[in-house]
Amino acid sequence: MTPEQPKYKTSDEVDFVVVGSGAAGGIIAKELSENGFRVVVLEQGPYLTEADFTHNEIKILNEDLLTNHPKLQPNTFRKTPNETAKPQRALVYGRLVGGTSVHFTANFWRLHEIDFVERTKIGPVAGTGFTDWPITYADLEPYYTKVEWEIGVSGLAGASPFDPPRSKPYPMPPLPTKASGVIFEQAARKLGWNPFPAPMAILSQPRPGRSACINCGFCLAFGCEVGAKSSSLASAIRMAEKTGRCEIRPNSYVHRIELDANSRATGAVYFDAQRNVHLQKAKAVVISANGAETPRLLLLSANKQFPNGLANSSGLVGKYLMLNSAAVSVGVFEQPLNDYKGFAVSRVLHDFYEMDPQKVGFYGGGGIDARFDITPIGFAMGGLPPGTPTWGKEFKHTLAHNFTRTMELMSHGTSLSLESNSFSLDPELKDAWGLPALRMTYKDHPDDLKLATYLNARALEILDAAGAQNKWSFPIEEQQFAVHLLGTCRMGNDPKTSVINSDHRTHDVKNLFLCDGSSLVTSGRGQPTMTIEALAFRAADRIRDLAKRGEINA
Amino acid sequence: MTIDNSRRDFLLRSCSSLTAVWLSAHWPALLSAASHARNAAQSSASTKLEFFTPDQAKEIDAITARIIPTDETPGAHEAGVVYFIDRALMTFAVDDQKTYREGFPEMQVHTRELFPALDKFSAASPEQQDQILHSFDEHATGGRRRPRAAARGFFDTVRLHTIVAFLLDPDAGGDPNGVGWKVIGREREHMFQPPFGYYDKNYPGWQPPSPSDKAKS
Repeated sequence: MTPEQPKYKTSDEVDFVVVGSGAAGGIIAKELSENGFRVVVLEQGPYLTEADFTHNEIKILNEDLLTNHPKLQPNTFRKTPNETAKPQRALVYGRLVGGTSVHFTANFWRLHEIDFVERTKIGPVAGTGFTDWPITYADLEPYYTKVEWEIGVSGLAGASPFDPPRSKPYPMPPLPTKASGVIFEQAARKLGWNPFPAPMAILSQPRPGRSACINCGFCLAFGCEVGAKSSSLASAIRMAEKTGRCEIRPNSYVHRIELDANSRATGAVYFDAQRNVHLQKAKAVVISANGAETPRLLLLSANKQFPNGLANSSGLVGKYLMLNSAAVSVGVFEQPLNDYKGFAVSRVLHDFYEMDPQKVGFYGGGGIDARFDITPIGFAMGGLPPGTPTWGKEFKHTLAHNFTRTMELMSHGTSLSLESNSFSLDPELKDAWGLPALRMTYKDHPDDLKLATYLNARALEILDAAGAQNKWSFPIEEQQFAVHLLGTCRMGNDPKTSVINSDHRTHDVKNLFLCDGSSLVTSGRGQPTMTIEALAFRAADRIRDLAKRGEINA
Repeated sequence: MTIDNSRRDFLLRSCSSLTAVWLSAHWPALLSAASHARNAAQSSASTKLEFFTPDQAKEIDAITARIIPTDETPGAHEAGVVYFIDRALMTFAVDDQKTYREGFPEMQVHTRELFPALDKFSAASPEQQDQILHSFDEHATGGRRRPRAAARGFFDTVRLHTIVAFLLDPDAGGDPNGVGWKVIGREREHMFQPPFGYYDKNYPGWQPPSPSDKAKS
């Protein structure tokens, strides 16, 4: 909260109200305010800064200091639409200024050309909503470059033979190579594969007001206390504030978008910290509340004009949820890696990014990375080999020996879009504000599980080639917990089969725009934030052009 | 090799974000609540008991000393784990007081069942103590683990508290002497420079694959 921030009255009709301050909302607020518009960002969580970030595992992980709170915001889960959903924590997202980008791993892969046109290339997948994007990689490329340069991504252009074309190199070199990265690189090359330095949204070189990474080792799940992680908090939000035209209003929980008689959005209704209700008036509304809360807000905003939820004439708001398939294998080595030092990931391979379904027998593709992302308590609770006693002498001995000698190989891949996978409103359960809670319905497509199994087998081959003394895998099972929240208000040209057009404008409400993980048409291969941010830069350009031409409320 | 079903509690439901996911999803409610963790942390050097009586503290200390025993390196006893738990029960783990209150007589019953001559857990030999704890511990006896959602039992609660007390960042509320981190080899600093470990010591940096590498592909 900088002194440059304006303080708009709720009755003051600003140009844009942006719901959410995360990966997408932060960038949209920055871009629109830099273009001269008056912007209010409503963020449900608190405004924490670097000084508030701690390495206390209890506060961060157990007390949900940075994330949605299961007691305040409970949710339900079921596998299929004909079941009654039961209360079960099913998703995690950042609930603070900066959103999930504050605590993410910061893997910043671009999508490849294939991701946008794969349906055309390989044909339909029966029973799914698998389809092409209305935009191509070429449309998004300038914006990927913008993310890398403006938000701050480290990496090495040209190191992966599978990389899509790019207009500029990375603005800064890759982060240091961890021991896990060296082991991974040498073993993968023995197998004839092409490991490359991980592109990471973490600074390898300082920028004004931000330190380069100090390798503290509390990265995934934690906020960065030196501003090296390129969260929206450390980058876009600060830039938006500098314009003097953007107000970041924390502790503001938006639960309805207000419409006038002409089906135009007039503003956002929210609870403040004391649970008083306000309407922030605006000429246009952008929702970037994430792939769970964006569809929930549309469904909560149902009215006479839109009885099934705002902008939901297609009936697809909340549907086609994709989580990205995933698998984890673990290896223990003879000598210390000390992989607890530093960020999580330093090497990736994309040799299995694009595979022929005729050859492998399933649809999908992905990447494999070398990482260590567990902090000490977490490691003691879940990082030891199967069969290790959970207390006593052998437990202690294994813990003491393995903590410095363990690495993980994580496989990330596609999820097919199924209409039955969704976020919706639970008919019974309410949150602490009395609003219907999120209900998640999710069952992986069988191909997603086959893909995870396939990639994990490659990961185990790498651990073998690397000479791991011990290795094991977590079982590959149907997912019941969501981190990547994708596809729930998909982009498309046809209002019957999509929620937003390629300008991120809802088909039904002309001055309502959506941009976040919900916009994705396909899941990509597992690292969505880079694409969410590129989409946000592009959406802001489109919205700016519409506004400057006077077409938003035309 | 895959992890057997009895350890499913510890698995990532979704593997999409390791620590955050499984800790938030699987950490029991016992450590949840309240904003007092920081206060607890600040008083972590204290050895004054607030919840336990001295006799109770002796029993808890004895249990924690079997969970993370003292051998060639220090264990839970040396890390003062019992004092951390005592403070936790008055602050952020106040919901677990009942589990402890009910656990003391339960522990006595288990002790007497196995060793009728003994009155207290702390009076047993280390081997006897392990036997008593095994009678609580479903993992070790090969039994089926109860569903996580159900109330966590006394021993599971003490075990979790012991691990948290032993391994919480010494500069963020954990044992101020950092005994646990020393045992697992986690250096106490929060700023490191490469090389980090053995395998990256002489690493020259990423190079394009050599022709001989390519020949293999």
